[in-house]
Amino acid sequence: MTITLKVNGHDHQIDADPDTPLLYVLRDDIRLNGAKFGCGLGQCGACTVIVDGKAVLSCVTPVLLLDGKQVTTIEGLGTIDAPAPIQRAFMEEQAAQCGYCIAGMMMRAQALLQRNSKPTDEQIRAELEPNLCRCGTHMRILRAVHRAAQLMDTAELSPSLEGSVQ
Amino acid sequence: MTRTRIIASAVAALLIGGGAAAFAVAWRPAIAAIEPPAPKSFDPALVKRGRDLAALGNCTDCHTVRGGKTFAGGLPVPTPFGTIYSSNITPDADTGIGTWSQAAFRRAMRSGINREGQHLYPTFPYDHFTNVTDEDDDALYAYLMTRPAVHAPTPANQLSFPLDQRFVVAGWKLLFLRRGTYAPDSAQTAEWNRGAYLVEGLAHCGSCHTPRNALGAERAGASFAGGDVDNWNAYAINARSPSPVPWDTAALFSYLRQGWHPDHGVARGPMAEVVSNLSSVDERDVHAIATYMTSVFGAPTPDQMRRGNEVLAKAKAPAVPASQTEVPGASIYAAACATCHETGRPVPYGGVNLGLSTAISGPDPRNVANIVLSGIRPVEGERSPIMPGFANSMTNDQVAAVLNYLRSRFSNQPAWTGVEKTIEEARRTQTVSLQTSPPPHNAPADPTQRDKP
Ligand code: FES
Ligand code: FES
Repeated sequence: MTITLKVNGHDHQIDADPDTPLLYVLRDDIRLNGAKFGCGLGQCGACTVIVDGKAVLSCVTPVLLLDGKQVTTIEGLGTIDAPAPIQRAFMEEQAAQCGYCIAGMMMRAQALLQRNSKPTDEQIRAELEPNLCRCGTHMRILRAVHRAAQLMDTAELSPSLEGSVQ
Repeated sequence: MTRTRIIASAVAALLIGGGAAAFAVAWRPAIAAIEPPAPKSFDPALVKRGRDLAALGNCTDCHTVRGGKTFAGGLPVPTPFGTIYSSNITPDADTGIGTWSQAAFRRAMRSGINREGQHLYPTFPYDHFTNVTDEDDDALYAYLMTRPAVHAPTPANQLSFPLDQRFVVAGWKLLFLRRGTYAPDSAQTAEWNRGAYLVEGLAHCGSCHTPRNALGAERAGASFAGGDVDNWNAYAINARSPSPVPWDTAALFSYLRQGWHPDHGVARGPMAEVVSNLSSVDERDVHAIATYMTSVFGAPTPDQMRRGNEVLAKAKAPAVPASQTEVPGASIYAAACATCHETGRPVPYGGVNLGLSTAISGPDPRNVANIVLSGIRPVEGERSPIMPGFANSMTNDQVAAVLNYLRSRFSNQPAWTGVEKTIEEARRTQTVSLQTSPPPHNAPADPTQRDKP
């Protein structure tokens, strides 16, 4: 069955069953490999993307729930040449160890910062609770989110994201 | 556990006939203030016993703000009559109970009167605590008086006149407070009596699980018939229990002790903290509670037994891949829920088979709505089941479709009414609780590594 999915500002025609998890469609059909498969059970956060401004676990989100909604993945935030504030902040704080959790961390943090531009430590910890990092870079991630908040104060949001910011 | 609860009313005061009479029953003398006793003056064994009793009484749950200092109070308790704030029960002399003597503490537990002689609102469940023995009150006192003193003034209650006048509580007490220590039933075993003493007294199970009347008192003759707490349904835990599989002592014991049972699922909502606390006390007390509650549930009827065996057999049979996609809720269930709830992975690693879920067979859709939207968050410091919430990925219509489908597929009960309204309400309270509850969520009073698989 053909479905239309709006990802990073573009419409994609996908041939998939309606119960296919969004993560599979992103990685296998649209070739966006930023969102990672960790557990496939909604328990690790590696697959986090933004749907209509909110952080969502794409591995437990069947595409049938996404009619008319905007999906944003890490690829939609910025590019290698022009990284988004959240990406710059994670690089500058060297927040990635193996990096497997980092795309998910950034997406959930991005959703938080869109809602609350100056989160406290407590709020960041509470928000990122569903995302696991087995390398233990939590303290750097925490610093990176604070840094991203500062950068966003001055930097502009990347153009492709504007469509999905609610 | 007495949040959405309770209270006295002007009507009660009027009922007892005239202001003068009300005043006469309302007046209680103050008990002289004391110097806060030195922690060293208490026998450590007594303090230890008090600690276990405080866990059985779930004292932290109301007397601690989420993320705040233990026992410092200040938790807003919404009631149909207004908001009441829990008090500071640390030994701080200015804002806590530091100047309370043992006699003052006993009087508060037994009669709901503070040291100064004012009536306490029955959000503090002295209708149950009146059953607690003096010895247990003294142990609780020793425990509380040896906690760190926290300076934290209790915010003023938000009640309108005349409920803001504490003497009206005297009328409520005349009507609803039956004073007296628990009297053992000689026809029953010692263990049963121990359980009854705890359940009816300190553990105050009826505060949530018994419905309340218009004046906020537990309804006589409806003990354990199911009540409300914090926008959750506290299930009936008597013969009217909606649990698909009838409870027995062994199941109750392991559920209360470890927070989940393979045939019943996971304790959530306000019950999560209760089981957290019960995980740390003497297991004989938990067993006594289970023994007494089994007799409150009563022996299952042949019909209930048959239904229980049926759903158990179905739950254990290999899952038929859910593939009916005509019904909107069915396709969402197959895609979003069945991946965990039909894998056959044992609880708590996998989701419970929803045929066993009490929530889905329950009288209203509140508990399922809360769980679907918010999921199950991990318990700080413990290995515990978790479930992702779907608030961000499902619209209200989609959640409603799932709830209606779950009800029709997994229970033998009639369809729920008001599902849409319940979901809106659950979303509203979810937002509030996320704003007012910094982590840890549902942290146990005294985190102990529970021995979970
Ligand atoms: S892969 Fe989605 S939460 Fe782990
Ligand atoms: S950096 Fe390796 S899992 Fe987080």
